[in-house]
Formats: sequence, C-alpha cells, structure tokens
Amino acid sequence: MHLNWSPLWLSLRVAALSTLISLVFGLWFAYLLATRRFRGKEVLDAVAALPLVLPPTVLGYYFLATLAQGTALGRFYESVTGRPLVFTWQAAVLASTVYAFPLFVRTARGAFEGLDPGLAKAARSLGASDWGVFWRVTLPLAYRSVLAATALAFARSMGEFGATLMIAGNLPGKTQTAAVAVFEATESGNTAPALALALAISVLAFAAVYVANRLEYRRSQS
Amino acid sequence: MIQARIARKIPPGFSLDIEFQAGAGVTALYGPAGAGKSLILDAIAGFAPLDSGRILLDDVLLFDAAAGVSVPARLRNCGYVSRDGSLFPHLSVRQNLMFAALRRPRLERHRRVAEMLERFQLTSAATLAPPRLTAAQKYACAIARALLADPRALLLDDPDRRVDESLLRRIRDGFDGPILLATQELDLCCAAAAEMVVLDAGRVLQRGAPREILLQPDSVEVARLVGIPNLFEGVIAALDPGRKSSRLELAEFELTGPYFPGHFRGDRVWLAIRAEDLRVHSAAAESIANLVAAQLLHVSERSGFIRLEFAGGIFADLSREEFERQRDNKGWQVEFPPHALRIL
Repeated sequence: MHLNWSPLWLSLRVAALSTLISLVFGLWFAYLLATRRFRGKEVLDAVAALPLVLPPTVLGYYFLATLAQGTALGRFYESVTGRPLVFTWQAAVLASTVYAFPLFVRTARGAFEGLDPGLAKAARSLGASDWGVFWRVTLPLAYRSVLAATALAFARSMGEFGATLMIAGNLPGKTQTAAVAVFEATESGNTAPALALALAISVLAFAAVYVANRLEYRRSQS
Repeated sequence: MIQARIARKIPPGFSLDIEFQAGAGVTALYGPAGAGKSLILDAIAGFAPLDSGRILLDDVLLFDAAAGVSVPARLRNCGYVSRDGSLFPHLSVRQNLMFAALRRPRLERHRRVAEMLERFQLTSAATLAPPRLTAAQKYACAIARALLADPRALLLDDPDRRVDESLLRRIRDGFDGPILLATQELDLCCAAAAEMVVLDAGRVLQRGAPREILLQPDSVEVARLVGIPNLFEGVIAALDPGRKSSRLELAEFELTGPYFPGHFRGDRVWLAIRAEDLRVHSAAAESIANLVAAQLLHVSERSGFIRLEFAGGIFADLSREEFERQRDNKGWQVEFPPHALRIL
C-alpha cells in the first residue's frame, strides 16, 4: 500500500522554521526577562506564556480575527508578500511558533537566571559590553539548556494541531501537517496512514524530549 | 584617587550614607558583616544603584546623582573582584586572563598574560579549570584578570579572608592606583593598609591610619570593632595638669591615669584599655599603681596568648610563659598601667 508522507515533510519544515524563529527571538526575549528590570515586565511575561494555557481554538480565533483577508493586518501582509496569509503553510508556521516560543523562553530563561550574577558583573568590569557578556559568558554557560529548549520547541511545533487547523486549514499537499492528517485519516476511517503518521510523530517527539532531558541532566551533573 | 559620597536606603532598616577618599595604596574598609562594605564597592564599580551621591575616580566623574550621570560599569575602569573571584567556569585560568586582554594586539596579549601568570604564581595552573583551583588561587587569578584590564582602581571584596600580605605585595608590584579592600581582618588592615575606614551599619565611624585607630578609637563602637574588650563607663573625678595626672571613678573601681587634655573634671567618659596592656599579679602584690582585685572566671587558650577573663568584664591577654609563672596565684589583682589608659 502506498502511504502519503507529504504531511510529515510539511510538518518537519514547519517545525524547523518555527523552532528557528523561536530560537532567535526567544533567546533575546529570555535574556531580557532574565537580566533586565523594566516596567510591565510581569505583564509581558504573562502574555508570552498565555499560549501554554489558552485553548488552541481561542488563539486560532484571534488569528483569524486579526489576520484574515480584509483585516488591516491581513491586507498589510498581502500588500507586502502579494498573497494572503491564512490557509497557507506560512500560517501553520505562525501557529506553531506561537506555541513553541513560550516553551523555549521558559526553559532558556530558567537557565539564564540560574547563572551566577557575579560572572556577568566580572565580565562587565573587565570592559565587556552586554553583547559580549551574552556571547562570551551567558551563552557558553547556558548552551545545554538552550539546546534543550530548542529540542522542546521543535517537539511542540511538530505536535501543534488546533490553531493550525483553524488558520492554515486542511489542504492536502499545501497546509495539511502530520497532526492534521492524522485527524483527517482517523475521521475518514483510514487507519493505516493514521497509524503510520502517529508513530512517526511520536518517534520524533520522543527523540526530541529525550535529547532535551539528556542535555539538562548532563548540565546538572557538571 | 577615589572620592566618593554614597547614599542609599535599602528598606527595611538599612541605609548607607558615607563619604571618603582613597589615594594610592591600600585603603581598608573594615567593619562587621552587614556594615555596607560590599555595597560601597558595588556602587563604585557601577553595579548598585544609588539614591544620591557623587563618585570620582582620578577626577573622572563616574556617578553624580544630581547631574544624572552614571557611567556604565564596563567604562568605569574599576578592577572589581567579588568575594569568590567569579572566574568564568567554562574557561581555563589562562583563558580567563585572556578574556580581560582581548582588545590588545595578539603578541602583547600573550606576553602580558604570561607575565601575570608568573607574577601570581599561576603558571603551573594555567590550563586548569577554575573549579580545580584552591580558594586562594581562585582569588589570585581573579585579581590577575582584573589587573590585565588596566584598571585605575582595584576593588577587592574579601569577606572570606583570602587576601594576605604577600598577595597585596604582588598586586602593588605593578599597580600604583588606589586599592579598596573590604575586609574583616584587623591584622591585615594593620599589616597592609595605609588607611583604614571603620564602618558599621552604613556609616563611617572613624578613619585614619590603622595604628592610630587602634591606639585611639573615637568611640566605644570603634573600640569594640577593633577588638578592645575592656571598656568601662565612668567619671573623671580629678584632673591635675601640674602633676600630669587624673583620677577616674568607674562603676567598680577607681584608677589613676595620665592627664587627659581636652577633658574636664566631671566628664562622663568611657575608659578603654587593650587586653594585652593589662598585667596580672597575685593577691599579695603591693605598691603597684592601679591594682584592682578581681575574681578569675575563665582561662581560654588562644593561638598566640592566653586570655584571662575576670569578673566585671576585665580581660587580660598573657603570654604563655607569663601565665605559667602565675597560674598558681592565690587570688588575683589586675594592674591598669596608667600610660595605656585611653579615654573615649
């Protein structure tokens, strides 16, 4: 029997991209939360963590309400890229990024906050800039946790379903990610593809979480 | 030269409000834990926000609350060494030093780091990771690293007593700026500091050469902080400038002292005398000035002497030989030599 693996490839591509985005912005955001005090920090922190607790449908609804064709943001996106955002694979990237980001930030921030603040003080008194402190002290000491956070973010992205379905839809070959494909295959009684994709997602997720745990465990050992 | 006026309130209950100057050489910030020593160093290095004040280093303004100036820590040229040295754990000793010398040309960088390793006797430890160093080596490495950045002042936070005379000598081999040393080690202050600032609860109690402070503390608080256990409240009952003598009435006994210029008959004063200045005699001794009969409560062994504690809060430190000679005394008298009496 021929299995269609394209949803899995799409999922991998979407997860890789949203992990990358989470990594770049999440590092900056986690560092900010861990090292700076500023007004409204608690509020910002809470807003960024909301996706961890909100129902996916609620977020999907917000996305549609703000990004659909005809809305201001939607028109802006369309005028920049020439295409609408909703019901494209890029929308799936957006949806899974919103879920991967807070998970990444939580883990990375914890690692940054766990570092001895005396080290940053020493580096600064030796003339290092904030940028220098980050690249030469903070990141080298926290890289295991950052990698662990990246692995977790990847696993979370792979598993994103609800919001993706709402804003990216379920267009086979275009926006149908593995998680969505499992849903559809099950609904329509195609047990073989459902099982294959479910197993594939599980193996990937297990690998990511296992790697993340190993990294954190090795860190606490050393 | 550091000129600092620093004020900060930390609720509840602590406030720092001090002013001092520190020229070239070692200035010791001496005081108990919680006196504000570390906070002062943090403020000068640029790590602690201040409510008000002004800090100058070699006439460069580092901080001025009124003018809204606060130079970032990385531009202050302060070699700051925290209590545990804060060595970067992911770098070897040599790499830690390299961190401070990164902006120099490559050859000079290697030469300077090698020199510094040599000077602080770290050459054989150069490839080790910081966790494998002894505490003293860690601190020496942190100082070497701070010096490599060519600071204009060195700020050493040392509540754990890792700095010693020889380390300070090695620092001064190639550094002639001010060195602020936060310490609780009185002997180190005396041995190595040109100037000593006695702090308690965020205030400067006294400042001056360590020897002067030991000889003439300004207040009971300072006397206690510099380890003078014999403090007695009393009244000057008589003052005779002609015979250069005085009479002191204390709660439990009376003493004859030297003339105390600047005091008047009837002044309520504190009498201070160092434990090693007291002498002890048997009950039979006579015709010695200022003998006070006292009951011996405890004898305690110290590293270099024997401390005798008498009733009435009198403490006398004796050499071991002296104590052996007198240990079988029947009854005790304590002699307060008049020249060693200090009035606070």
